Amino acid sequence: MVINDFSIQVATVNGSGSQTANLVLLRSIFQMGVPVSGKNMFPSNIAGLPTWYTVRANKDGYVARKKEVDFLVAMNGETAKEDVMSLEPGRAVLYDEPLKLNALRSDLIFYPVPFDKIVATVCTDAKLRRLVKNMIYDGVLSKLLGIEMAEMEKALRKQFGKKAKAAELNLGALHAGFAHADAHLPKMDPFTVERMNTTSNMVLVEGNAAAAMGCMMAGVTVVAWYPITPSSSLPETLIGYMRKYRMDKETGKATFAIVQAEDEIAAIGMVIGAGWAGARAMTSTAGPGISLMGEFAGLAYYAEVPGVVFDIQRVGPSTGLPTRTAQGDLAQVAFLSHGDTRHIMLLPSSPEECYTMAMAAFDLAERFQTLCFVLSDLDLGMNTWMSERFKYPEQPVDRGKVLDAPTLARLGSEWGRYKDVDGDGIPYRTIPGDNMPAYFARGSGHNERGQYSERPDDYQNNVDRLARKFETARHYLPKPIVEDADAEIGIIGYGTSHYAIAESRDQLSGEAGVTTGYLRLRAYPFPEEVVAFISRYPRIYIVEQNRDAQLRMLLKMEIPGELISRLRSVLHYNGLPIDARSVTDDILVQEGKKARATARPEVTAGVTAGAGE
Amino acid sequence: MDSKKNRLGLEMTPYRGGKTTLCAGCGHNAISERIIEAFFEMGVDPKQVVKLSGIGCSSKSPAYFLGGSHGFNSVHGRMPSVGTGAMLANRKLIAIGISGDGDTGAIGIGQFVHLMRRNVPLIYIIEDNGCYGLTKGQFSPTADIGSVLKNGIVNDLQPIDSCTLAIQLGASFVARSFSGDKKQLLSILKAALGHRGTCMIDVISPCVTFNDHEGSTKSYAYAKEHDEVLGDISFVPFFEDISIEYDPGTTTQVTLHDGSKLYLKKLAEDYDPTDKLAAISLLHETARRGEFATGVLYVEPDKDDFVTLLNLVDEPLSKLPLSRVRPGPEVLDQLMESLR
Repeated sequence: MVINDFSIQVATVNGSGSQTANLVLLRSIFQMGVPVSGKNMFPSNIAGLPTWYTVRANKDGYVARKKEVDFLVAMNGETAKEDVMSLEPGRAVLYDEPLKLNALRSDLIFYPVPFDKIVATVCTDAKLRRLVKNMIYDGVLSKLLGIEMAEMEKALRKQFGKKAKAAELNLGALHAGFAHADAHLPKMDPFTVERMNTTSNMVLVEGNAAAAMGCMMAGVTVVAWYPITPSSSLPETLIGYMRKYRMDKETGKATFAIVQAEDEIAAIGMVIGAGWAGARAMTSTAGPGISLMGEFAGLAYYAEVPGVVFDIQRVGPSTGLPTRTAQGDLAQVAFLSHGDTRHIMLLPSSPEECYTMAMAAFDLAERFQTLCFVLSDLDLGMNTWMSERFKYPEQPVDRGKVLDAPTLARLGSEWGRYKDVDGDGIPYRTIPGDNMPAYFARGSGHNERGQYSERPDDYQNNVDRLARKFETARHYLPKPIVEDADAEIGIIGYGTSHYAIAESRDQLSGEAGVTTGYLRLRAYPFPEEVVAFISRYPRIYIVEQNRDAQLRMLLKMEIPGELISRLRSVLHYNGLPIDARSVTDDILVQEGKKARATARPEVTAGVTAGAGE
Repeated sequence: MDSKKNRLGLEMTPYRGGKTTLCAGCGHNAISERIIEAFFEMGVDPKQVVKLSGIGCSSKSPAYFLGGSHGFNSVHGRMPSVGTGAMLANRKLIAIGISGDGDTGAIGIGQFVHLMRRNVPLIYIIEDNGCYGLTKGQFSPTADIGSVLKNGIVNDLQPIDSCTLAIQLGASFVARSFSGDKKQLLSILKAALGHRGTCMIDVISPCVTFNDHEGSTKSYAYAKEHDEVLGDISFVPFFEDISIEYDPGTTTQVTLHDGSKLYLKKLAEDYDPTDKLAAISLLHETARRGEFATGVLYVEPDKDDFVTLLNLVDEPLSKLPLSRVRPGPEVLDQLMESLR
């Protein structure tokens, strides 16, 4: 018996309604108090291409993707053979009977299910059958894995919300699947779900929805965006929240403006115009949008205009893999735009941090009068995560240094729009319509008073002050989470790599006796703690989801030269969420404790186009 | 000379700007002067004005007028998005954007299109000289077929007519003028201040350094000769309670958003500036004759602007207190419950 420690992979065709069935499966296990995670590996397509969804149940709370599939649900003839062939011996396969997958291997457990026959008995409308069919495998899994039917029903009703008719139809399919398994499929595999009590106060939420809540609570008033995967669900969820919770009670009018712009350039331009005019403004995009925003990002840095930019990272240069996850924008965002430009970045690793960092981002943008980037990724933004309930913000917002009458009286002629009067590099700004002294914001050279200037000393003084301001920011940003230990090696990571790292650390100590210290970065510019951490360990493994070791590159620029040789990389960049086993194996090989295995690249969960393309 | 005061009791000083760095005789300087006069005479509070621009000679000019106003010299061709953001942040602001024919017609045509389409409340002036002055005279997209550069290169591409485009795209106030026609340009600017929505004003403004020679259709000589003035424009602001004597058969009257009145006298062919098709047809006909029609070409006084369409609260969004933009703890509870 393997209890609460396995992964289920559902292989279907996108556009077939399988996402609903998968979320019901995920939610029902969650409702049984068992830690669970879901990873959607979907194609860049609307309907008809292969898609995979992995649900992992783990009693120890590991929520990273598990590379090995324990229980395959094979609904898609196109990928079934490859999916089956990649399984380890002893694993289970629930499959659509006509696919005859049991002929492929003799070392697996097979459960054939005649989906078309069963769906015909519960759904009279032939057109709806395709959409209802998937709920049957939930019913079968309920029986085979011991997922309580009452929890499945509850999860299903929640998933369908007010669509009662659809819910009833799907309940029929769910029960039919259960009945079929009960009558025809004796239990042969070892995998079982048993009730636990770890999730009772938790919620299930996507990072993008969490970020949207944070933006609303931060008091965002202007949102400009352009549709792009995997970012769109952030502004779209935000639109829903704002229309529900941010209409003025007395007048029924909107306390916000949300604009779908003509492109990402216009989106960031609107954010900068609004930020300059005093609004809390934001946009959300992915790598290609970040590339387009480059010129404006430099303007915001140099003219010192606040704004918040979410980058929900996806894979690759150019269009890359639009529906897959990566941490590939770190270096580009840090220096986005020409000349000497630097940007503040926040690096959330959980929905809760998407929520809290969204609020922090607006404060930081206004405090430092610059863009604040929040680097999430597809895995965090679009997948469903368990989370503690979010806390209501206790603090008021920080609107930064805005010149008011008392400050102007105090400073008198000392005030200049770009003059550092406090020694922290941050000048006082004025806002149009405020009746404070006007200034001319510009991307061209300017002096402390905001006047056009090409003088060498004016230019250099100004960019030196900007560097000073960036130094001040270093001390304001979220601190790293450090878990020091009397350990052989250190690990540094950020964002969604955290979950693979946490699990890998246990594998390293449990399986190979390798103890580790761990520092999880949460912001750029990096805090001083990172240098101290690197000094404490002879070898530091930097785990990240890109090819070029971008985090290591940024660290190398900031740490003392003698520490640089301590840095090593563990890199994962095939588009799938990083898993613990890959991290563990890589570190053990680099530590000389394991021979480098002949790499067996992951081949499943990916589409190859047919001859026509 | 600055002792003259306007209806706000303000002297001319806050309406003036820094000393121009453009070439002597540049048409853009004349436009800046008309802007100063119009804003002064209309009694617009400079503290509530934002000046916006992209990049180029034209885009430098906001530094040369309304020194008491906030300004934003942004990036090339992207002023419309910055202006849109500013107007969403604070709907009480009065926005004037200065662009050029390259800044609008080439790099900025995408944002221009969507600004017009949204009818964002903003006065958008194209200081149109048919060339790139700041990079020394290259053709812009409004250069006419047959224009010749100093080095002899001939433009054989169709020019973009920003007025036709703006009318078609939804701008609610579209005009064309000539930087040398003081009276007409001043009247158009004052009328634009009385209108709510996008006011697109294309001002032919000869480049004295690179495009004022024989063969240029944007030279002073050519403009003076081929300016097809639609008729005399009289503008009566809402705060001046006078009515103009006019013969109903020869004058068209348009009441603008703020109650000001625009009188268009002696118009060619009984021109109706609220007739979209007539406006587009006139632009095509004059262009075919090698002329350019000037005056208020099209106006739709009651069209909803973008701020109205978005149903924004009356106060500037940027000024809303935290209590109105941060929902209470019960909202977070509700959201959390929905995710259990």
